[in-house]
Amino acid sequence: MDWNLILENSLKGFIGINAVYFAIAALGLNVQFGYTGLLNFGQAGFMACGAYGLGMTAHYFDISFWWGIPLGILFSVILGLLMGIPTLRLRADYLAIVTIASAEIIRLVVRSVKFKTYFGGSDGINGFSSSFRALGSDFGIEESNQYGFWPFKFTGRELWVLIVGWLIVAVFGFVVYKLMKSPWGRVLKAIREDEDAVKSLGKNVYSYKMQSLILGGVIGTVSGMIFALDRGSVQPDNYSRDLTFYILTALVLGGVAKVSGSIVGSMMFWGLFTFMDNFLRQVAKDPVSIGNVTIMKSTQVGQLNFILIGITLILLMVYRPQGVFGNRKEMAFDGR
Amino acid sequence: MDVERTYGEVATRARQSLRDVERVPGACKPNSILTADNVRREFGGIVAVDVDHFEVQEGSITALIGPNGAGKTTFFNLLTGFDQPNSGSWRFQGKDMSKVASHRTATLGMVRTFQLTKSLTKLSVIENMRLGATDQKGEKWWNGLFSGVWKGQEAEITERADELLTRFQMSHMRDEYAGALSGGQRKLLEMARALMTNPTLVMLDEPMAGVNPALKQSLNEHIRGLRDQGMTVLFVEHDMDMVHDVSDWVIVMAEGRIIAEGTPDDIAKNSAVIDAYLGTRQGQSLLEEE
Repeated sequence: MDWNLILENSLKGFIGINAVYFAIAALGLNVQFGYTGLLNFGQAGFMACGAYGLGMTAHYFDISFWWGIPLGILFSVILGLLMGIPTLRLRADYLAIVTIASAEIIRLVVRSVKFKTYFGGSDGINGFSSSFRALGSDFGIEESNQYGFWPFKFTGRELWVLIVGWLIVAVFGFVVYKLMKSPWGRVLKAIREDEDAVKSLGKNVYSYKMQSLILGGVIGTVSGMIFALDRGSVQPDNYSRDLTFYILTALVLGGVAKVSGSIVGSMMFWGLFTFMDNFLRQVAKDPVSIGNVTIMKSTQVGQLNFILIGITLILLMVYRPQGVFGNRKEMAFDGR
Repeated sequence: MDVERTYGEVATRARQSLRDVERVPGACKPNSILTADNVRREFGGIVAVDVDHFEVQEGSITALIGPNGAGKTTFFNLLTGFDQPNSGSWRFQGKDMSKVASHRTATLGMVRTFQLTKSLTKLSVIENMRLGATDQKGEKWWNGLFSGVWKGQEAEITERADELLTRFQMSHMRDEYAGALSGGQRKLLEMARALMTNPTLVMLDEPMAGVNPALKQSLNEHIRGLRDQGMTVLFVEHDMDMVHDVSDWVIVMAEGRIIAEGTPDDIAKNSAVIDAYLGTRQGQSLLEEE
């Protein structure tokens, strides 16, 4: 058993690119779910907007890659409006249904054969991140060089995405934190508690919910962009329901309605996930056999990993329902 | 239990202004702040509210009473835009309100509370209060990030909120979560929060429900205080002692209609009201009297 490797990979998972794009997406989801109480189960759809916005600009239109950023944001604003207009006047569960369906519709449309010429079908779009990488070299980070120290050794390629990614996390973390401390954030939190009360005090609840949905969606979009830039490709099946729910898991793990919760929750999610994965792989290397039953095969690592993550989460919910950073006192007032 | 009260100047004026009003359902008032006409709301086949004419005298405390299911709360919801009527119109300070969205009523000076208190449990008491202020610059998302834009206004709002909390004897709970308050304190908080909107008409839906007798007395005082500061109060209540004690004018509803109006003393003697509450003529419509 190579504990050194397990530790190295887990620590890298802790601050790696997966944690970065999860953290950004979780920040967005936190605005919607944690602060406003909107059940958005379609964060993956917003992320797809960003990724495809970026991919399509670079690949199909003969304009600078940077135009992909506003394009992706525009897509997600439109998506937010489309989801919100019919549902935000209704009870919370309707939004949940519509968002989960919209995200699936987006995924199925972009992977369809019919629109292959625009979205690249199930292969997605590849090779659009060269301008982004070039910018990294301009800053003196060579793609093939090794940087860092044990355990945080990264190639220049990884390092550049990580730097940009964590900067974005910091910026959005700051923005969300400041906004939630402002009177605007106060209205959102009040809406989470009781819409009618807020309405009776003269606030346009519908408009605030829309603003929250779109802000969270735009943040999610940026997460999708970072994800796409890291991979250098956009693949429709990366933006399935699972993604939304893993992000939600990370958010709950860290603690809802806390900026630190979304960021550290994502880091812990991926730290834990990588640790389990590496550990189980090491175990599966020399499988223990009892008779002709093998305890652990390498093909079972993935499943078992998710089972263990699930159990961990259940235990967390039982013993620390507010998440790692959540406020226990707030939890006590859950019953309305 | 008839306590002799000395009425203040404002109260006396309010009572005098109502002296010559006819004691009939839908009576016209000399100075109506809220006037409703032919408001009708049906739920399936049931007519919940069917009010021909309804006026609230400005600067007075008007009680809206009636047995359970009389349509009082539904009528409240209609007037504040929380529910849409099948037909009818109403004007607040001369402005037609029938098409006004519920959140606009508060900014126009008409604020309401709820029968089941809606304190925002995970916000602190002071945050609950601050939320009540209208026209906050910081409530625009583009201003949210720039605290310089709203800091000054926030300080003013906080000052006003603290004053109100002191008046309602809640300043010691200022930084507690609203969820930590008792039922009665929540009622007080909700009322104080409503006052943060600087209303001209305060509509209270059962302010006394679930409040202990000691607190009821101070709530009574607060409601009188609102009138004495020049606000108009319209409230729904079941507690007849309180209605008798506080209100200048009483409007009685039964089966969705207004069946009687008058001063508290008139109403106490009114046979239609007694029938409506005690149901002496079982099986007959309450409206046959008219």
